[in-house]
Amino acid sequence: MSTTSAAPKKQHSRLFGLPKETLLDWYDDMLLVRRFEEKCAQLYGMGKIMGFCHLYNGQEAISTGAVKGAITRDDYVITAYRDHGLAISKGVDPKPIMAELLGKVTGTTRGQGGSMHIFDKETNFLGGHAIVGSHIPIAAGAAFASKYKGEKRVCLCFMGDGATNIGAFHEGLNLAALWKLPVVFIIENNRYSMGTSVRRSSAVEELIKKGLGYDLRTEVIDGFNVLEVYTKVKAAVDHARETYEPSLLEIRTYRYRGHSMSDPIHGHYRTKEEVEEQKKYDPISVFAEILKAEKLVDEEWLDEAEKRIKAIVEECVTFAENSPEPPLENLYDVYYKESNGE
Amino acid sequence: MPTVSLREALNQAIDEEMARDERVFLMGEEVAEYNGAYKVSQGLLAKWGPRRIIDTPIAEAGFAGIGIGAAMCGLRPIVEFMTWNFSLVAYDQIANHAAKMYSMTGGHFNVPMVFRGPGGAAHGLGATHSQALESIYAHIPGLKVVMPSTCKDAKGLLKTAIRDENPVIFIESEVMYGDKGEIPEGEYTIPFGVGEVKKEGKDVTLVSWSKVLAHIVWKSVEKLEEELGISIEVIDPRTIKPMDYDLIVESVKKTNRLLIVEEGWPFASVGAQLSDEITRRAFDYLDAPVERVNQEDVPLPYAKALEKHSLPNIDKIRAGLKKVLYID
Repeated sequence: MSTTSAAPKKQHSRLFGLPKETLLDWYDDMLLVRRFEEKCAQLYGMGKIMGFCHLYNGQEAISTGAVKGAITRDDYVITAYRDHGLAISKGVDPKPIMAELLGKVTGTTRGQGGSMHIFDKETNFLGGHAIVGSHIPIAAGAAFASKYKGEKRVCLCFMGDGATNIGAFHEGLNLAALWKLPVVFIIENNRYSMGTSVRRSSAVEELIKKGLGYDLRTEVIDGFNVLEVYTKVKAAVDHARETYEPSLLEIRTYRYRGHSMSDPIHGHYRTKEEVEEQKKYDPISVFAEILKAEKLVDEEWLDEAEKRIKAIVEECVTFAENSPEPPLENLYDVYYKESNGE
Repeated sequence: MPTVSLREALNQAIDEEMARDERVFLMGEEVAEYNGAYKVSQGLLAKWGPRRIIDTPIAEAGFAGIGIGAAMCGLRPIVEFMTWNFSLVAYDQIANHAAKMYSMTGGHFNVPMVFRGPGGAAHGLGATHSQALESIYAHIPGLKVVMPSTCKDAKGLLKTAIRDENPVIFIESEVMYGDKGEIPEGEYTIPFGVGEVKKEGKDVTLVSWSKVLAHIVWKSVEKLEEELGISIEVIDPRTIKPMDYDLIVESVKKTNRLLIVEEGWPFASVGAQLSDEITRRAFDYLDAPVERVNQEDVPLPYAKALEKHSLPNIDKIRAGLKKVLYID
């Protein structure tokens, strides 16, 4: 062993040896999700986005750390209706996402799905599911397909804290554990299922304990720190890839907006003070501070990032606004898939 | 032509499609080690092994969802429900997810899978185990509904179902599994949306399907033809959705009268839909209002006499024929 390698260069230990360009890319991703969602709120207010629209503000460390960071393009991601951020981090082009929200034919699903139903086959983004908990067995099914075909793909299955109370959650976890399916179940615990707190909805306040009933590998993760999300989700993904064994992770996070755009930011179920207090731990600010402390970025770079991301979001809006609505004669285009008996 | 039981016909369809396509697998309660609650999957575990013949826990929503996810990711699952009654526990998965996936994803993902098992009443199973549920599946856009009445149709239609790119609801009957019938030798399939005139006649068209056709109508037709001095044309649509309306319209143009005999309840039933469609398409040809025979609109009782009284039977068919033929 040479003397030079025995005395390693100063490591950015809390950066887990990640290259600078990766870290900066992650910062962009988090900021893109935040600014994209803020634009959605604005467009919703203008009546350009219809229906239910659930925003991701405050939870960006999860989409970036887990999806952009911890898995590959071949891996599957599936989630509930708060899906824009996870889709963006999976690599789904944000322009068609915005077009989908505006109900345009250039949308991710040609205007068929809307905000709660973003799907993209090319990036293996399996949705976008609006019935709480129902996508959990479907996630196990994606993992089943991977194992059946002898692939090494892992499925990340995101859900809210509220989903842990419904039957499909328990059936999905049991089957995945029983059959050793390579799926990582991730509870994004933002403390409220709509306006009902975890305390008022779950007999077990520490949601992670629900994994013990199925003998799952479990871990609690700080959802305000993208680096912690990345490393711990990565460990669960690696474990699933190697052993086909599922995990249950609980990422503690917080949403800044109301449950959906039709709800108030705090309402009766939480106080304005609580929301403001949480913003002190804002995942984007936390990450910016780390990057600055490690001398990877400066204020000027952060300002540039804002401009860069703003331009991307504007591009999304322009694309969506300039796109045509789906022609009425398309109504039966994706009705039944043609079957040729093969 | 070889003679087989209905369960053997279904077994052959599954076995042949598994041989033909590596992506096909069977999953459900007791399908593997037990060889099937009704022995439809007899011998398949021994032949194909536990990777492709899979016993599930009692978790219909869970394993239906696994099938849907697997289908989205390139496999062709056959999910067996021990009875269609239990499918109601998985109705969310079927109606909210399987049925909507292709349309709602703008064509990104389709769900090529078969949900199959016995439906309808058997004998003395009571209200929760005796339901004919085809109408609540046919109601949902995105699903196809198949209900064979013969061994030949069962095999050919199940093979078509397994090859279909969409979710198919395939409803069998517990009391039909032992029925014997001839099937063609070798490979054949039967297309969806193509009904069959099972018996030609000239005075009235009788449309029926699945077990009620196989076990009630066939036992009544000859007797009632003789008794009432009439000639009955019997049509089996074979697939409920898509429905072969044209075949029925053509028959009604000839007979000018239509009786629908189904096991389901009368309200918003498949027969109600048929009656509406045929009345509008063939109004000028009808010499009498369309008549329908259904199960009584009650949860099916257990007691033998009550059960028989509630379900379609020869007396109800006789009454329906007399009414539609204006026979006093």
